[in-house]
Amino acid sequence: MSGARLELDGIGKSFRGLRAVHDVSFDVPAGAINALIGPNGAGKTTIFNMIAGVYRPDAGSVRLDGRQISGLRPDLVCDAGVGRTFQIVKPFKGLSVLENVTVGALHRRPALPDARAYAADILLQLGLHDRRHQAAESLTLPDRKRLEVARALATEPKLLLLDEVMAGLRPTEIDVMVTFLQELNQRTGLTILLIEHVMRAVMALASNIVVVSYGEKIAEGTPAEIARHQAVLDVYLGEAEPA
Amino acid sequence: MTLLARLTGGVPARSLWGLGLLLVLLLAAPALLGKYGLSVLILVLYFAFVGQAWNIMMGFAGQLSLGHALYAGVGGYIAAGLFFHYGIGPWAGVFVAVAAAVAAGSIVGYLGFRFSLAGVYFALLTIAFSEFTRIAFDHWGWAGGSGGLFLKVDATSDILNLRGGPLLFYYVILALAAGTFILCRLLLESRLGRYWLAIREDPEAAQAVGVPVLRCKMIAIMISAALTALAGVWNAFYYNNLFPETAFAMGRSIEFTLAPIIGGLGTLFGPIVGAVVLTGLGEIFTDLSEVFHISGLKQIFYGLALLVIVMYRPAGVWPWIAERFGFGEKRR
Repeated sequence: MSGARLELDGIGKSFRGLRAVHDVSFDVPAGAINALIGPNGAGKTTIFNMIAGVYRPDAGSVRLDGRQISGLRPDLVCDAGVGRTFQIVKPFKGLSVLENVTVGALHRRPALPDARAYAADILLQLGLHDRRHQAAESLTLPDRKRLEVARALATEPKLLLLDEVMAGLRPTEIDVMVTFLQELNQRTGLTILLIEHVMRAVMALASNIVVVSYGEKIAEGTPAEIARHQAVLDVYLGEAEPA
Repeated sequence: MTLLARLTGGVPARSLWGLGLLLVLLLAAPALLGKYGLSVLILVLYFAFVGQAWNIMMGFAGQLSLGHALYAGVGGYIAAGLFFHYGIGPWAGVFVAVAAAVAAGSIVGYLGFRFSLAGVYFALLTIAFSEFTRIAFDHWGWAGGSGGLFLKVDATSDILNLRGGPLLFYYVILALAAGTFILCRLLLESRLGRYWLAIREDPEAAQAVGVPVLRCKMIAIMISAALTALAGVWNAFYYNNLFPETAFAMGRSIEFTLAPIIGGLGTLFGPIVGAVVLTGLGEIFTDLSEVFHISGLKQIFYGLALLVIVMYRPAGVWPWIAERFGFGEKRR
């Protein structure tokens, strides 16, 4: 498992005339951890859905290691090497935690025992191993978030899209997740793009941050640059009143 | 991994012994039961078999079909028509019958799944196709039209043409039900089976982890239609008559769904337990209604049984029994 380079080139999407995302371009280098931030309704999840194949962009293209993936079906995008989590978690509720992750592992390991063993290993890494025989619907929200990550990782992606996996986690749990992702990134070189509101996690993880507002990219830079960026401050804190 | 290991892996020993004992009893049943008892057991196995076929779609892949009479009807009519008109025996005709049902299932499935009809909307589509077909058969001379298609009743044993007494039909339906039980177990313990469960639980999440949702659903409806067509062929030659009004009736489609719902959707053994409960007790109520001259007792019982199950054991009777007695099968 190693990371892939993600390139977004002028992608846009409208829903019934409402412009959700307009002309957004940015790159995530192979092996990097980048973040996508912005106020609620800025179009972050729409961008994720265009990368993951849920929506076909109206304009522009998405490439993974130079290969165009925009317009492919979600299962083929997964096949190309993109794993994603859902902001509103979508566990296979009636199945056990282990079975949930096994379904993901089956994608590249068609034999059930092999997939199950691989899934168990991932659950161990994410601290869900003790709960592997529980039904997914019995998990608490933080555990469901972890399950989302485990299931996406089981598909052995080259790019991992994390949609607010820290939301609802306690500070200590956030630190555990941050450490896990850092360690995973260093060990495997997996490229990670995360949508996140928890700045503690964004600042600790991301080498580069893209900021979107009203469907457009308004800033891009290192965490230090973004923290000082006037347009970003305006969006988050409101524009300064003219004196 | 060998086939046997895949079949028995992770199954408690007592379940395997139980299944073995059940099979021996079923094989010996004709010697133990009278004529009437055997006829009831034949019905039990028939509903267990079609229930298993329907369960693949609803219990495993989560797609609600309320038009499965279509596949049984098409299968039965084609095999019976080939025999009636051209003397082609059902062992050959069954291939045509199954192919036609699979084609019908593919059309229904493609229209429904390609355009993402889910839940009740998909169910409506299945009903619509079953109804169209009923009307078509009402006017199709080759199939006897609304007057029905009749096979000559012939109790002399002619296994090559599936002609014979209850004993022959008993062992055929037993083989079908037992074979399908094994098939379902193998399917469930495969990648395809797990993909079906994932689709049932959440199609969007399934697709995100690489499940080709449309293809998996198509395979489910094709396998389910093929098995249901086998039941239709068996049924046509057992009863020797076919009428569009009954073969494609909504009521027949509903009947196919009851055993798996009552026994336990998505379980392997549920449709069998459901068929025993429904048909076994149903027969008792039929007898009671004759003794007490109250018609419709069986229907009232069906209604009450469904009501009680839905209220107290919504997962079905079998998961509850399995848990109490340690047979190990949960709803997957």
